[in-house]
Amino acid sequence: MLWAVATVTFFAIRLIPGDPAEAILGGPGSQASAAALAKARADYGLDQPLFVQYLQYLGRMLRGDLGDSYALKQPVIAVVGENLGGTLLLALVSLLVAAAIALGLAAWSARGGRVASGISWVLEVVTAAVPHFWLAISLILLFSTTLDWLPPVSVPGPLGLVLPVLTLALPLSGFLAQVMRESILDAMASPFVLAAEARGESSGGVFWRHTLRHAAIPAIGLAGWAFGSLISGAVVVETIFARPGLGRSLLSAVQQRDVPLVLGVVLVVALGYMLVTTLTDLGDRLVDPRLRAE
Amino acid sequence: MRQVWLWIGGAALLFLVCAALAPGVLAPGDPLAINPAQSFRGPSLSHLFGTDESGRDIYIRIIHGTGASLLIGVSATAIGVGLALVFGLLAGLGPRWLDFGTTRFLEVLFAFPGLLLALLFIVVYGPGVVTSTIAVGLATAPGYARIIRSRVLVVRRAPYLEAATVLGRGRWFRLWRHLLPNVAGSLFVLVTLGIGQSIVWASSLSYLGLGAVPPAAEWGAMLSAGRTYLTSFWWMTFFPGLFIMMSAVATTLVVRGLQKRSRLS
Repeated sequence: MLWAVATVTFFAIRLIPGDPAEAILGGPGSQASAAALAKARADYGLDQPLFVQYLQYLGRMLRGDLGDSYALKQPVIAVVGENLGGTLLLALVSLLVAAAIALGLAAWSARGGRVASGISWVLEVVTAAVPHFWLAISLILLFSTTLDWLPPVSVPGPLGLVLPVLTLALPLSGFLAQVMRESILDAMASPFVLAAEARGESSGGVFWRHTLRHAAIPAIGLAGWAFGSLISGAVVVETIFARPGLGRSLLSAVQQRDVPLVLGVVLVVALGYMLVTTLTDLGDRLVDPRLRAE
Repeated sequence: MRQVWLWIGGAALLFLVCAALAPGVLAPGDPLAINPAQSFRGPSLSHLFGTDESGRDIYIRIIHGTGASLLIGVSATAIGVGLALVFGLLAGLGPRWLDFGTTRFLEVLFAFPGLLLALLFIVVYGPGVVTSTIAVGLATAPGYARIIRSRVLVVRRAPYLEAATVLGRGRWFRLWRHLLPNVAGSLFVLVTLGIGQSIVWASSLSYLGLGAVPPAAEWGAMLSAGRTYLTSFWWMTFFPGLFIMMSAVATTLVVRGLQKRSRLS
């Protein structure tokens, strides 16, 4: 799978019009001399036939070497390692916050809370229609410019994390709440809940022990999608809040056409996606005993 | 209750279409006319949404930009759904190895979250309106393709198709007369939602400086221009953003409302 992703990206990059050696030396405007171009080609192995380059690329990747960034003149793996932590923290906290909001809303509205239904309906529309940058701008205008409670740019520490996390978590929670609500309603109507109630379990006990499991199953199934949405959102959010991270380095790499860095980030994200989908399967088994029995 | 929302969404959509077709009627004036003496004016009666750094009226620019923005949304969706139809039909109708190959290929594409696929495309072909539109179309295609494939698999086994086969209808006749119309029914919802989504996506790319560029009167480009003045002159980003959201909310409301209606009847 990772091999397929690497192959697709490698050949996609070969479609770039123009000479990669020129890009290394600062783009078409740099008027690099023929000798400098030849040297750059030799340094980056660009004078080899395409197939050899491809094999070299795969070999380097197996050793964990993703090449050097054109713009930063640093190993890609170092840039990625430096920025990975910030994005992971942002994504993880956002995911937890989103799950908490979604679960609260879903449980509340499934038990007949009209207000909760209203809130989740609004959040649902927010998910579908509000771009991340727009939400971020509105939050900055409200909490930083008008109320002056929170910093408009992401400062180190938990306070700087609040607005970026809210920006990522709110749309996600709307989507999750919608899915969880359906499955909670399904579970509440099913015989095992009736049986548990007949055994004399409290309604809270039934909810936490039985219904919640069912609500978790579809939500876990969406983990891969949620990961992708968080990473896509992180590109925008990190840019707006000037927060160091993978998303922001990806964007600046795209703007500077820093091909090795773009490739490196894309590969790491694809790896993350695969990791998440694998964990999803494990999580499914943990929550759903029917899968373990097979 | 939700019927009310259907009408509100429909009205908003109608307004946007009118703005796209006849911008001069809703907002007479030149969207590119500059007036430096009037720069950075806040919203007022003479300038409904305020003015930008060159004194251009933002309301006029937004209305005149509707056509371009809707066009980007519609073409990106058309590209996405078109590609998805090819993939979905190949996977759903072709021999087993083709289905296997296409599905694997789509799985690989799924490993790139949407915006990443778009960014990858832009790094190859450079920023701009056309490339960002194609990028959004490409990025949305895998999702559509998966839905179309599963729909094709259902329709393929339907009794009416079996009947058509027994009656001796040719392969293309069955595809054209029976399969496509039935797949298209479920596509309607996807496409309507997709246009709103594509506008949001394309504007995100423009906001990041990778799509349409100023001074074009396009919503995303206006956002990207206003980005520099975000905290001091909020109306420069607020109102274009409002229209982007309005188009996405309108399509969502209309689809939700129509779904609800068809479920009731």
